[in-house]
Amino acid sequence: MAAEGIAYYDAAVIGAGVAGAMTARELSRYDLKICILEKENDVAMGASRANSAIVHAGFDAKEGTLKAKLNVKGSEMMSRVAQELGVKYKNNGSLVIAFDEKERSMIEKLLIRGNNNGVRGLRIVEREELRRIEPNISEKAICALYAPTGAIICPYELTAAAVGNAMDNGAELLRNFEVTGIEKKDDVFEISSGSKKISARIVINAAGLYADKIAAMVGDTSFSIHPRRGEYILLDKECGAAAVHTVFRTPTEKGKGILVTPTVDGNLLTGPTSVDMTDKEDKSTTDDGLARVKRETSESIPSIPFAKTITSFCGLRAVGSTGDFIITSPVRGFINAAGIESPGLSASPAIAEFIRNMLLEQGFSLKLRKDYNPVRPPMHGFACADTEEKNRIIKENPAFGRIVCRCERVTEGEILEAIRRNPGARDVDGVKRRTRSGMGRCQGGFCSPRIMEILADELKLPFEAVTKSGGASLMCVGKTKEGR
Amino acid sequence: MELVIIGGGPAGMSAAVAAYESGVRDMMIIERDEALGGILRQCIHNGFGLHRFGEELTGPEYAWKYEKQVKELGIPFKLNTTVLDITPDKTITAVNPEDGVFTIKAKAVILAMGCRERPRGALNIAGTRPAGIYSAGTAQKLVNMKGFMPGRSVVILGSGDIGLIMARRMTLEGAEVKAVCELMPYSGGLARNIEQCLNDFKIPLRLSHTVVRVFGKERLTGVSVARVDENRRPVPGTEEYIPCDTLLLSVGLIPENELSKSAGIALSGVTGGPEVNQDRQTTVPGIFACGNVLHVHDLVDFVSEEAETAGKKAAEYIIGIRKKNADVTLKTDGRIRYTVPQRITEKSDVNVYFRVGDVFRGACINVYSGGRLIASRKKARVAPGEMEVIKIKKELIPDSGELYFELEAKK
Repeated sequence: MAAEGIAYYDAAVIGAGVAGAMTARELSRYDLKICILEKENDVAMGASRANSAIVHAGFDAKEGTLKAKLNVKGSEMMSRVAQELGVKYKNNGSLVIAFDEKERSMIEKLLIRGNNNGVRGLRIVEREELRRIEPNISEKAICALYAPTGAIICPYELTAAAVGNAMDNGAELLRNFEVTGIEKKDDVFEISSGSKKISARIVINAAGLYADKIAAMVGDTSFSIHPRRGEYILLDKECGAAAVHTVFRTPTEKGKGILVTPTVDGNLLTGPTSVDMTDKEDKSTTDDGLARVKRETSESIPSIPFAKTITSFCGLRAVGSTGDFIITSPVRGFINAAGIESPGLSASPAIAEFIRNMLLEQGFSLKLRKDYNPVRPPMHGFACADTEEKNRIIKENPAFGRIVCRCERVTEGEILEAIRRNPGARDVDGVKRRTRSGMGRCQGGFCSPRIMEILADELKLPFEAVTKSGGASLMCVGKTKEGR
Repeated sequence: MELVIIGGGPAGMSAAVAAYESGVRDMMIIERDEALGGILRQCIHNGFGLHRFGEELTGPEYAWKYEKQVKELGIPFKLNTTVLDITPDKTITAVNPEDGVFTIKAKAVILAMGCRERPRGALNIAGTRPAGIYSAGTAQKLVNMKGFMPGRSVVILGSGDIGLIMARRMTLEGAEVKAVCELMPYSGGLARNIEQCLNDFKIPLRLSHTVVRVFGKERLTGVSVARVDENRRPVPGTEEYIPCDTLLLSVGLIPENELSKSAGIALSGVTGGPEVNQDRQTTVPGIFACGNVLHVHDLVDFVSEEAETAGKKAAEYIIGIRKKNADVTLKTDGRIRYTVPQRITEKSDVNVYFRVGDVFRGACINVYSGGRLIASRKKARVAPGEMEVIKIKKELIPDSGELYFELEAKK
């Protein structure tokens, strides 16, 4: 048993990215006391907030790999998961386009690989059909691999919803808990973050870029993780219709190639670049990278109006040294979910199941809870309601009649909900990721002061203590009239 | 309802008063904020009203002159109310906490929604995304309305008027403004603001400079600025790191016309606002536009004047007056970027407002009708930051065809 005074959990999930979130949710089906340990002030703060937002069909990964197996399975599970969690999901299909015969032979290989992986419905579409189903595609594209099961989803919405659902079922989220040490005492792991300490029987290492560091804490140095930079440019909702499918370039050794895709929220997303890095914290964009995104995506779809850019951002994928997902157990009760780079988002529901099965194999008894509820009401419920329903809600709670973010039409009611619902937003970016306030054309220019006020009121913070994304990211530095 | 005015800032209030004075009673102003006044509420500096009232007022004082009239005349207005949609047949859908989602069918509509600031994202500046980057107007709201400091050491990108005003404002509040960088070789703001907001406080204005990179993980720690060449491309090797905790952006204002699009109104590719005739009537009959939603103004005095025209003409439209005795399109040579109005449909004296695309000295603005010079005006200096006007007398307006606006000058 654990030492006195230390909170004890049956399972601790390190990292509230999509892999940790989905695993925590899966484990919350069972009679377990669960905590999610997150080093940041919010969930989905790593690769899960900055990626291509794609549910891959599963033709990329080599046959027989975990990536291939879990991608195809996860992709098949995703629409149900999205529905349960009230997360927007759209099965828009994907295209890998070829510009010459050499690329044609590459996509033919992908077709064979995809069939071997068990991806359904793959076929090559020729120029004429390609142009019909993807009207803005470059004249120079000669054919494409069409994957009807390809889909799009919002990765941070999915992550927050999975954590929220796990919390609704009893899991706890410990924020700003950066794991600094793990000590195994008998069959219990003591996990510390500076002077804070908890203990758990089961530990899931879903620490993203730092999964190697966490594994090393239990003596596992069998792999390492390095960051690979991916830069993206996001365009206005006006441009969302420029692409119907997710349009990939033919892949190279470095990755799946730059893509153009609509998002579930109706924007157009272009990117990513793919540059191996050493600094795990450097999420800066570069002039060269952004220029490359523009150049290469314009080759696929020449009419992309980059003048309508809303923002650009950079994500760091956690690339494992083995080339495959690293889902291993160096010690009984400790499971690595490491190297979950692309197609990690697509695979995440299957990764969670895979980990659960490993625990069963290790002899942990998992008893289904009777009161488990897999459903989380959507965050966008109000926005999707019809007028009559909206008026009913406004009558009950007038805050839903007050629009705070004019560009994305987010009401005060929705912002309050984002702060109050599991996992509650604690900073301006957290509100933004949950409600889309500040994600529109003015990028929070009009609404951010009001959102800061609401956060301060709800969290009982002084206004000047409100942060952009936790830590020292203060929005204001003090009051006026204070001098220097 | 006869008239709905969307927006209760200076344009909306002035249009409402003018429509009332022209006899309209069945009307309403819809304002999304908690009070009338629009963006003037946060413009606590003076300099408003010189042209119109011959005195230097602050923004709130200027707004109050109109708000008082609106209240004394009993013109109805709804606060905290956001318009969600306008259809081409002038059905307006709006929402507020008291009424919920509701619709109003209007005989005439005046658009007065103002403009928004261009954000950082649109510039694609490389680097991190820390706290401490604000558009100048957001910083103005934080300082002037909330009483909080967005930062203590500041770099400002863009020399638009709000950026200049905020350079002074932050300085007065004890912050150090290290530089104002302007991509162009000239400032986008009014000459008087360069003097009063920068020169008087010895804040350096660095023309042909831009911010090329942003540093800092949590809070901004500095920016890298560089000189740009004549094609506005950063010159390699000229980068200079400036430590700062705040970057304010004053890089352009964009008329906010999402609603105009839903109403099917044709927008100008140059102004970003609706195309209008001399009455400020858009391409959808009965929908008028004025103020910064139509084109970005430098001085509120001209907003009020424009809004009065829109209010008066909307009133005439409501009673059924339709004067159309001309069909003239206004064209420009490119040195003159645009005109407002873009069309003339009635032979009356018309003040044509315009902006130039560059700084010119010894300028002469010539207006041609069918190859014949009909009006001309000399100006010692014209600049993109200062709106200009030229009056076209009614007897010179042709029945149809084009009026061509040309700028003759040394650069």
